[in-house]
Amino acid sequence: MKGLDLLFVAVQILGLLTALSVVVLSLVWFERKILGRIQRRMGPMRVGFHGVLQPVADAVKLILKEDVVPGLADKAVFWVAPLLVFAPSFIIWITIPLARDVVIRNMPMGLLFIIAVSVLGIVGLILAGWSSANKYAILGGLRSAAQLVSYEIPVIMAVVAVAMLAQSMDLVAIAQAQRAIPYAVLQPLGLAIFLTAGIAEVGRTPFDIYFAESEIVGGPFVEYSGAHWAVFFLAEYINTFAIGALVAVLYLGGWVFPLMPDIWWLGFLWVVAKTYLVVFVMFWFRGTFPRLRVDQLMSFSWKLLIPLSFLNIGITAVYLFYGLPKWSLTALSLVVTFAVGYGIYRQFMWPAKATAAERLARARAYRRTEVPDAR
Amino acid sequence: MTSLVLFYLAGTLTLGGAVGVVGTRNIVHAALFLLASLMGVAGIYLLVFAEFLALVQVLIYGGAIVIVVLFALMLTRLQEFRGSMENRQWPVAVVAAVVLFGVIAAAIVRTGTPAGLERQGPGVQDIGTALFTQWAIPFEVASVLLLVALIGAIVIARAGGRD
Repeated sequence: MKGLDLLFVAVQILGLLTALSVVVLSLVWFERKILGRIQRRMGPMRVGFHGVLQPVADAVKLILKEDVVPGLADKAVFWVAPLLVFAPSFIIWITIPLARDVVIRNMPMGLLFIIAVSVLGIVGLILAGWSSANKYAILGGLRSAAQLVSYEIPVIMAVVAVAMLAQSMDLVAIAQAQRAIPYAVLQPLGLAIFLTAGIAEVGRTPFDIYFAESEIVGGPFVEYSGAHWAVFFLAEYINTFAIGALVAVLYLGGWVFPLMPDIWWLGFLWVVAKTYLVVFVMFWFRGTFPRLRVDQLMSFSWKLLIPLSFLNIGITAVYLFYGLPKWSLTALSLVVTFAVGYGIYRQFMWPAKATAAERLARARAYRRTEVPDAR
Repeated sequence: MTSLVLFYLAGTLTLGGAVGVVGTRNIVHAALFLLASLMGVAGIYLLVFAEFLALVQVLIYGGAIVIVVLFALMLTRLQEFRGSMENRQWPVAVVAAVVLFGVIAAAIVRTGTPAGLERQGPGVQDIGTALFTQWAIPFEVASVLLLVALIGAIVIARAGGRD
């Protein structure tokens, strides 16, 4: 019996690994197609129908490439680091449900499990940067530690507000509680914080500071090639998909939202569709927004996202404590979201709308404060 | 049977990691061994059905503390590590470690095993209720302590900057 159980678990894990690999291949194709369309290109077209086999060709090329290890690298750590990044991204899938019964092991503390395990990936990134014996890699390692630790906090705080609404940290219970009204309606602010900070957690483009190709040529991954680099790549796309699935389950009502019938395969397809929708939004951001600067990145998290996430918890707590009507939470959350969104929009649009004289005055003021001895 | 094997695995990870931390000459390797050791402790918590404690162990020690240690190491130069590994205070450290071990071992031996073996650890709700009713004052004192540390860190960081 025990042996059979172990065999069953092994089969499940192998199945999960296979499914995630297929998902990653599909995401690579999807991303290149979307980015191509955004830039008025076709994207990959040559390999297979509309390029669907392009990621397979890329994967084969990656595996056949020579795996170079720098001479000065710390060999043992250099080998372990990709696994330390990959393992957490894979392990969290044990408890992410894609329908009520389509989950390897549902846990009463599922949310805490996902948060706790995903933090471990940061160690792998730092060690990858350090062990490469390359200054760009060390800069990338430092940046990844600073960025990921800062954005971990808004993710956790946004998720706390969801757990407060559902009175549970069980992902299946949270999804089931959204049958009539998804939490995206009750907490638009929470959704905005979770999605923004989630994109920063996986390092996608407005926040790809730690491997920014045009600044530090790939960050912690500079010296990695071939199959080792492929492991990092795999982890990044699995994490992207995980953020999409978490948004679908925590905020978009998972498999139950618009009063779905209780059929497992229908729910599964519905969650996968929602996940791909969220992932599409993330790719869309990548095609639209410019990359932030390092200091902007840090102050965006500490001065904006973290206070907002506390405000989100406060609003939710007042709503729950006084038993206010649902529309009041929605209205308050929407007002805050739009106010902050408008503020960010003004900040981004300022250079385009300011006159030349204003811009010159601001640049001079900036120079005077930053460089004391400038005349 | 399975849990016994898992217990020995977690124990080996804990002790082996701990020996690695004090044995290695490379301080980044020591941090990696520390991570392994702390994960072993989390595994032991899991085996005694303290899931919440195990997850908090992974989050706080594996996530926060090891990352902060590594972050601090990245900001220093590799050459400076050599000196920090040759520490003349190690006899004091041995005495402190043995005394701490004695205290913890005595506490464990004196406690004894409860009669009814519980197969289910306390849930998040039990811990939350206990923390905010029975232990509310110690909890608030701990948060004030953390706040003081935070403010202190900011004061020190600002003092070294402009003036």
